[in-house]
Order: sequence, then C-alpha cells, then structure tokens
Amino acid sequence: MTQGLVQGVPLFQMSGISKRYGGVRALDGVDLTVEAGRIHAVLGENGAGKSSLIKCMSGVVQPDSGTMALDGRPIRFPDPAAANAAGIVCIFQELSLVPDLSVADNVIIADPPRRFGLIDRRRQRQLAEEALARAGASDVHPMALVRDLPLSRRQLVEIAKALARRPRLLILDEATSALTARDVTTVLQVLKDLRASGMALVYISHRMGEIAELADDCSVFRNGRHVASFEAGTRSDAEIIEMMIGREYSHAYPPKPPPVPDDRAPVLEVRRLGWAPRLSDISFDLRPGEVLGLGGLDGQGQRELLLALFGVLRGTTGDVLVEGKPVTLSGPSEAKSTRQGIALIPEDRKTEGLMLPMSVGANLTFASLDRISKGGFIDRTAESAAIAAMVKLLAIKTASPDLPVGALSGGNQQKVVIAKWLMRQPRIVLLNDPTRGIDVGTKQEIYRLLRRLADEGAAVLLYSTDYAELIGCCDRVLVLYDGRVVRELRGAAITEEALVRGALNIDVATTQEEAAA
Amino acid sequence: MKDWQYRLRGARTTLSAIAVFIVIFALYAAKHDGGFTGNVAQTAANKGVLLAFVAIGQCFVVLTAGIDLSVGAVFILADCLASTLVTGSPLAVAFGVVAVLVAGLACGLVNGLIVVYGRLQPIVATIATGAIYFGLALWVRPEPGGDIDSNLADAVTGQLPGGIPSSLVLLLAIILLVWVPFRRSVMGRAVYAVGSSEASAYMSGLPIRRAKLLAYGFAGLFSAVGGLMLSFITYSGEASATNASTYTLNSIAAVVIGGVSLFGGAGSAIGAVFGALIFRTINDLLFVFDLDPLWQPLFLGLVLLAAVSFGSLRLLRIRNRLELFGQ
Repeated sequence: MTQGLVQGVPLFQMSGISKRYGGVRALDGVDLTVEAGRIHAVLGENGAGKSSLIKCMSGVVQPDSGTMALDGRPIRFPDPAAANAAGIVCIFQELSLVPDLSVADNVIIADPPRRFGLIDRRRQRQLAEEALARAGASDVHPMALVRDLPLSRRQLVEIAKALARRPRLLILDEATSALTARDVTTVLQVLKDLRASGMALVYISHRMGEIAELADDCSVFRNGRHVASFEAGTRSDAEIIEMMIGREYSHAYPPKPPPVPDDRAPVLEVRRLGWAPRLSDISFDLRPGEVLGLGGLDGQGQRELLLALFGVLRGTTGDVLVEGKPVTLSGPSEAKSTRQGIALIPEDRKTEGLMLPMSVGANLTFASLDRISKGGFIDRTAESAAIAAMVKLLAIKTASPDLPVGALSGGNQQKVVIAKWLMRQPRIVLLNDPTRGIDVGTKQEIYRLLRRLADEGAAVLLYSTDYAELIGCCDRVLVLYDGRVVRELRGAAITEEALVRGALNIDVATTQEEAAA
Repeated sequence: MKDWQYRLRGARTTLSAIAVFIVIFALYAAKHDGGFTGNVAQTAANKGVLLAFVAIGQCFVVLTAGIDLSVGAVFILADCLASTLVTGSPLAVAFGVVAVLVAGLACGLVNGLIVVYGRLQPIVATIATGAIYFGLALWVRPEPGGDIDSNLADAVTGQLPGGIPSSLVLLLAIILLVWVPFRRSVMGRAVYAVGSSEASAYMSGLPIRRAKLLAYGFAGLFSAVGGLMLSFITYSGEASATNASTYTLNSIAAVVIGGVSLFGGAGSAIGAVFGALIFRTINDLLFVFDLDPLWQPLFLGLVLLAAVSFGSLRLLRIRNRLELFGQ
C-alpha cells in the first residue's frame, strides 16, 4: 500500500459531478475533496444525493458530467472493480455477504489467494483472520457460515471484507445502523485506527453523535446539490440539521401531554412474560394514551418482547391480558383481530413489512383485507377509499397508489408500513425501531403521528435504538437488560444519562454487590 | 466450536446421504440371492451411475438456485447420438465420444445463454429447450437401434481386476477430476454464491453470468456422459420419452435426497451422487424383497417425501415463527 502522497494535492477530488436517472437529477454539479488520513462525514437527508455520490466514487454508476481525480490525476471508473483496483472500496448499506459461504470465503471473496489456479485455503484463512482482527471482529470464527451470524457480526464481517482489499479510500454507508452499542464503539475505534494509518474515510451516518466523535471534515448535501463543506466542530448540530433539511429545526418532537394517570385501566397487561433464554419475568402495564418506550442496549430482548406480544414466538410463558382478558399468543392473525387489536411495525420493512414488487395500494390493504371485503371478494370501492385515506393521512409521496412500493424512497416505504397497520385502527401499536435509516423529515412526521395516535386513545409501545427518540417521544421508558426490565423511567427522569446507566445496568449491579456484602 | 466441528457441520447433509446409502445397500447385498459378488456390484453400479451422472449435472444448476428440466432430454439425445457416432475405427470412436460430449455441453450452454442473457426463468426455459433436444433425438434416431463400439462399451461397463465395477471407477475419477477442483476454484465459489444470494454475489464483483453459464454447461455435459453410459450398457440408442422425463424428475429427487438445497447455495455433487445411488438401490431393494412392481412408484414417492421431511425437521425446533420463512 503506497501512499503516493503529493504535498498539497488531495487524495481524491470530484468536481462538477452530475448524474441523472431518467428525469430525476440525483446529483447536480457536485464538488467533494477527500484528504488522506482524515474522516470526511457526508450528511444529508435520504434523497439528498449521498447514495449517488458514493456510487459515482466507487464505480457502480458513471457520472454524466464532471471530473474525478486521484492524487491529482484524472481518473474514470467503468465498474466497481476499477475503483477497487485504484484503492477505493465502498461498504454499502445493504449487506453484500453471501449467507451460505463461510466468513473466510466472504472476506476474501473478491480476490482469493490461489495456488496452481485453485484457492489456497490455508492462506485464505490467514488473510481472513488478519482482516477480521483489523475490523475488531477476531471473535468471529472464520469457518462459521455467515447465515448463522447475528446482524451486528455480519456488519463487522462486511468491514473486514472491505479491509481485505487494502483500500486507500474507504467509504462507509450507514455502517453502524445494524450494530449493537458495544460493536459501535469497536467500529469507531477501528475507523480511528485506520485514519491514523493514513487511510481516507468517507462516512455516511444518520447518527449525529458518531459524526461528532469521528469526523474531521463534514459536507452537507441537499436535493442533489452540495450545500457546504466545513471542518468538524465549527457548526452546531442545529445549524447542520438546518442545512440538511433546509428549514428551521425547532420542534423535533411534539410536546408531551400531562402523564396518563396510573389508575386509568390498562389496555395491555403483561405478567411475568418469559421466553427462555432471551426474555424473563417481564411485567408491565400499558395504558391508552401512553407512549411507552423500550430502551437498553441493542439485543437485550426488546425485539423478542415485541414479537412475543404479536404471537410470533413459540413457547412463551406468563400471561398477557388485553383489556383485562387473557389472550393467547398464537400468531399475527390472532393478534391483529378485533379482540386484541394489536399492530406490529416490524424492524425490516423490506422483508417483513412490504411486498416490494406489489403496488403501494395493495401493500396498504394487506393487513385489512377482512375489513374491505365482502363474502371473500375485495370491495374495490372500499379499497380505493381506504387507500386514499391512508395516503393522505401519512402524506405518502407517491405519484399513484398503483406504483410498486419498491419505487418509493425509504422514508415513504416506512410510511406505507405504518399506514398499513393504522388502517386497522389498532388499540395497541408496537413499533420495532421504526425510524432506522430514514431521513430526518420523515422521522419528525412519525414522531408527530405516534403522539397523535396516543392522543386519540391508542397505546404505543416503541422500541428505538436511538436514545434521543426515547427521550423525545416517550411518557415512560422501560430499560431492558439481558431479557429483564431493570429500570422504569418516567417524565423528566428520562434523560440520556439515566438511559445509558440503565442500559449498562450499573446501579443494579452495585445494589447486588451491596446486598451480597 | 472447533474447526472440525464447522467442517462436519458443512458436510452434514452429504455425510447423512452416504450413511443412508451404506445402510440400504448393505441390506440389499445381504438379502440378494447370489450374495454380494462382483456381478451384483457391477449391475448395481451400472444402473446407479446413469442417474448419478445426470444428478451431478442437475446439482450444478440447483446450486445456483436454478433447475434444469432438460437434463433427461440431453441424456437421451446423447444416447441417440452415441448410437450413430461411437462406432467404427478407434479414431472414429474417439471422435464420436468427443462429439457426444460436445453436443451435451452445447445443449447446456444454450440453456445457460437463455437463462443468463434471455433472463427467462430456468424452469420455463429448460422445459422448452428440453422438448427441442428430445425432438433432435427423435430426428437422429426415429427407431430404436444403432451400434456402439463393443470393446469400449464392455471396458466401461465391465469389471476391473478384483471385481471392481469400472463404471464406478469412472464416476470416482470424474468426481476427483471435476468436482474437487471445482469446489476449490473461484468459479465454484461463484456458483455457490449466486445460489445463496445473487445480489450479494453481484455486489462482491463475482462473475455471476459466467458462473451460471458454467453450471448449465456442466449440467448438459454430465447428462451427456450419462447418456453415453446408457448407450454403452444397452449397445444401442432409443429416443424414449419415458426415459427422458423419468431421468429429469429422478435427477431432481436424487439431488434432494443427497442434501442439495433447492433454494441453492448448499450441498455437494457427492451428496447428489449418493442421492442417486440411494434412489436406485431402493428400486432394487423392492425387487429382492419380492414386492409387486406396481408398488414401486408409490414406495419411491414415500421415500422422497421422507427425505424432504427429514430436511425440514429443523423447522419443528424453530421457536421464532418468522424463521419459518426464508433465511
């Protein structure tokens, strides 16, 4: 890996880059300069042009006009392989691992070491182990199948795979969105080490905290245009967000109403719910009008709790009561019935929320077909009315409800998933990290919507990996640790510090020590 | 887990196919009137390798998450071509063998081109090409007959010193020469990757088009090897529609019994070979147990159902219902 650093010449430079997809201008005369040994954060809402930008940088698409230069010399990338050869490697948001191959096979997939024309497995193993260690994932066994790894480990393998190509410029697109809090710390440290070794990094993330910690330079994009570049730390978060959304960023979260009185009859009562070994002894009440948050480090049983309440898990123990009556957790069709009135906005909209090739309208009505059909046949008039109502209610941006839902932006897809369940007018709304990977504007719309649902009498149970969301949206927060509720925070007590302390289960540990003493 | 545990895990399905084969073949040999002799082994091997070759071919395509419904027709086309070409002077015989194999490869590559560049679904594309290949077979050999060089035929289907069936040695040699290097080649890895997740394979810059072409090409080539063996065993060619469709469906059954995932990306040709041998041995087992031949299809169906159910046993242990679907 030669640095080839020429004094005063940036490692990589883009000038006047434009890219159109059909009639849509994705990039409009964009400039960007990336220096070696620095982390350059690229900020912008979804649809701002970040994805097109990195696709041009990494050779996935070719710009219509403009120039790119590496070490001051003009360069063009006809395909990703050419960009890789020049030392530019991109980790895309959608994971690119092959599930049925081993970790080592995946890490070295681009250019496996060969002997006599065949793959040299011993050498491959060695290289894979080195790359995994560099990515802070030495605990991942190189022979494990990727299929068997949890999402957060896969993300680390993805980083190892990129590092195995020995890049000079590494592009990370939402690389931490699937990681648990502990792994985020690992990855951030890995990125700092890479920077120290002279690598240039382009970092795309929605998490302002990570950007504040990592970035040396920031560039903000909006509507395919480059708004500004500046040294990190010279602008406040509010200023940056204002540049991103191009409007005043004042009321991110809707105001909270006075707390729901404890004597209001709960709509959902959970009593000693367990699902060995991931959940144990979970009890809480959820009242109409309330937004209850689930906090804690990622992977402490929050997802399992939501799935259990929706009847997806087999072999749960304990009792769940809806409006005072015990219910059976037999599956989503029972959970969504009028008796229970539960809706679950799933974690992964692409696989569990939407049928991507089908139309927006069809996706909206999938959960409510029983409501809009008569004698087994769908009532077209009722269907179009229901669809139109939902498109309007959530302000879903689609040219027509007949468009395939896969053609919408991520934020609008997420709105479709939410609208699909609101169509049933559920009494209990479970949300599994509903704002992951969507733009700031849509996030705010979702926050307002959750509050409105609660005001209209629904009970909301929200799991979020973003502490700011829990603080901004929730009346109460249950903090989970190792499958148990370790803390309940109310009102003004929901602070970042309290959430982090709860998530790390610090006080409980000391109490136990004291009890033991 | 230790390295060997990961290795064992990866080879689990193939090893269970081998174990099942050993059990039922032992049962067959023990129950056979003549006992286990070189002749019994030779007959069993000759019948077994026919399906084994076609199953190897099918395995390549199934690994890419595709399916080839033309393998039976290619198998028959090769048989018919062999009965006209593999005869005469040694040079002519050698030329004939090469021509038959090239024809099979070409049939497979045509399938591959249609699937890769025509972007047709494999199931539809290969039903259509299968009909065409069978039509060609009928055109080559409208009536059963023809001639095969008997020296070569006897050498390939007979016994080596020590009573070892030479067809089995040929099968083993081909596995060693083709499958083992394939499994360790970049192309081989690309074939698995395409079947496991085509999008990921694409994003990793793997040669997915060439990988698929290769898989379909191999499917044609190995079906032709099977067809060549058929002509060596029967000393003639016949454009039998029954055989064509039987071998197509049985090759899929063999692949499934051998533990190759129809979702693609998992399994091995060695598993497929043992799947084929299991399938054939069950037929023979019914014979030595004096069951009415009428029961055969029903019994085979049950075995197939059992094999598929066995592969789905893990679903019973799933505690998160979401895992029932997809990955």
